[in-house]
Amino acid sequence: MKVIYVLWLRQLKRYFRSRARIVGSLGQPLLFLLALGFGFGPIYTKAGGGNYIQFLAPGIIAMSILFTATFSGIEVLWDKQFGFLKEILVAPVSRLQIMVGRTLGGATVAVFQGTIVFFLSLIFGFRPTDLTLLPLALIFMVLIAVIFTALGTAIASFIEDMQGFQLIINFVIMPTFFLSGALFPIEGLPKTVAVVSSMNPLTYGVDALRGILISSARFGLITDLAVLLCVAAVIMAAGSYLFSRIQI
Amino acid sequence: MNQDNQIISVKDLTKIFDGFVAVDHISFAVKPGEIFAFLGPNGAGKSTTIKMLTTLLHPTGGTISMNGYDPTLSPHQVRQTFGIVFQDPSLDEELTAYENMEYHGILYNVPKETRRERLKELLKIVELWDRRDDFVKYFSGGMKRRLEIARGLLHHPTILFLDEPTLGLDPQTRNLIWNHILGLNQSEGVTVFFTTHYMEEAERVAQRIAIIDHGKIIIQGTSDELKKATAADTLENAFIALTGRDIRSEESSSLERMRVRRRIFGRPNR
Repeated sequence: MKVIYVLWLRQLKRYFRSRARIVGSLGQPLLFLLALGFGFGPIYTKAGGGNYIQFLAPGIIAMSILFTATFSGIEVLWDKQFGFLKEILVAPVSRLQIMVGRTLGGATVAVFQGTIVFFLSLIFGFRPTDLTLLPLALIFMVLIAVIFTALGTAIASFIEDMQGFQLIINFVIMPTFFLSGALFPIEGLPKTVAVVSSMNPLTYGVDALRGILISSARFGLITDLAVLLCVAAVIMAAGSYLFSRIQI
Repeated sequence: MNQDNQIISVKDLTKIFDGFVAVDHISFAVKPGEIFAFLGPNGAGKSTTIKMLTTLLHPTGGTISMNGYDPTLSPHQVRQTFGIVFQDPSLDEELTAYENMEYHGILYNVPKETRRERLKELLKIVELWDRRDDFVKYFSGGMKRRLEIARGLLHHPTILFLDEPTLGLDPQTRNLIWNHILGLNQSEGVTVFFTTHYMEEAERVAQRIAIIDHGKIIIQGTSDELKKATAADTLENAFIALTGRDIRSEESSSLERMRVRRRIFGRPNR
């Protein structure tokens, strides 16, 4: 337990000491809320969709968790580059503990970031239908964060260096984001795209957040929870395995 | 070779990276409490060997026994027995010196009281106690080195690996650190396995020396035996007599070479 705690603490300290990182990673969600929220808002309303900010805000919260979590996972690459990974790898602690500590640390940071975005969205006019359900939203935010931190760690375990970073952004994070229904409803999508979207774990995360915050879930919270829990378990296991195979 | 009497015992150890033989059937043994120097030019296979002994790399062939355990089969038991100071930095620069030490102690399950006490003692020895709350990223190269050495000693390892520990340190610090390590070797019987390019350092502290070049051990014995075998007056001259005068390329550690090949040709099937 102490090992998990110390690795978790390390991630948090690194995050809260870097103010540039906190402010920097809020830029993107802010821009999306501003540009898309106000840009597409009138069109969305005209098309009969209702208030776009209401629809968009849960998606942007999920987006900020997706980005922060995946990057936290990929920090393994920084540790590789700056050498700290060696210190961790020769320590007499189980690889699963390392994976759990890292993942919880990254996930905590991502949930924190998602919470800030939630409050920002209130400024833009987002109004959750039932404030008493917020703790439930937090549970789903944690699940999304755990999944993508573990995914980031898993990917970082088998790519060699920072050169592969752009590849991950363009071929993993961006498609995950755009095909999650965060920006537009999945209902109207062509069949193939809809199928791909239904295999995307973030789709269920966004769906659950919408279900809780604006009471409009498509799959239902139980389905969302079941899918996210399964994916989290599988990715954690895969991540631990890949991490334990790192040789440097 | 009597296996029971050796704390490190290596037989026919081999590491091949994508067809490049970095370590080629080497065998050696280190007795408990011994100070063993592992010398060789750049790229000879020193760091690769240390990485295999310390569970960071899997050997291609041969056997290793560390305190009776095989690093490939029982990595956890092996990790409990050694401490290591790596050739390259391995500190978390976003943390303070104190945090780096403290977290290391927790990872190695050193009880809180002992941890705090020893941490203070070690930071004082390497003269970083006054800077303990500064971030490591603001430290000079020598200060980082000193902190790494202090950290490697924190958990009372049975075997201590030092991969070029004194590189970039001034003579004062080098003396200070070696005196402390020799003291630990005397009082606690710590086995020391180290590499260095300073021959006079090896001559002074090592009880036994092995010289590796092109992945093969070319000679092992005491400093006197090595000098006698090459009819040299100093260890430095013995070393040059054995390994030649050619300058080896600095950057091409075997792993770097593998990475460059991978980047160019892609990852081959292994």
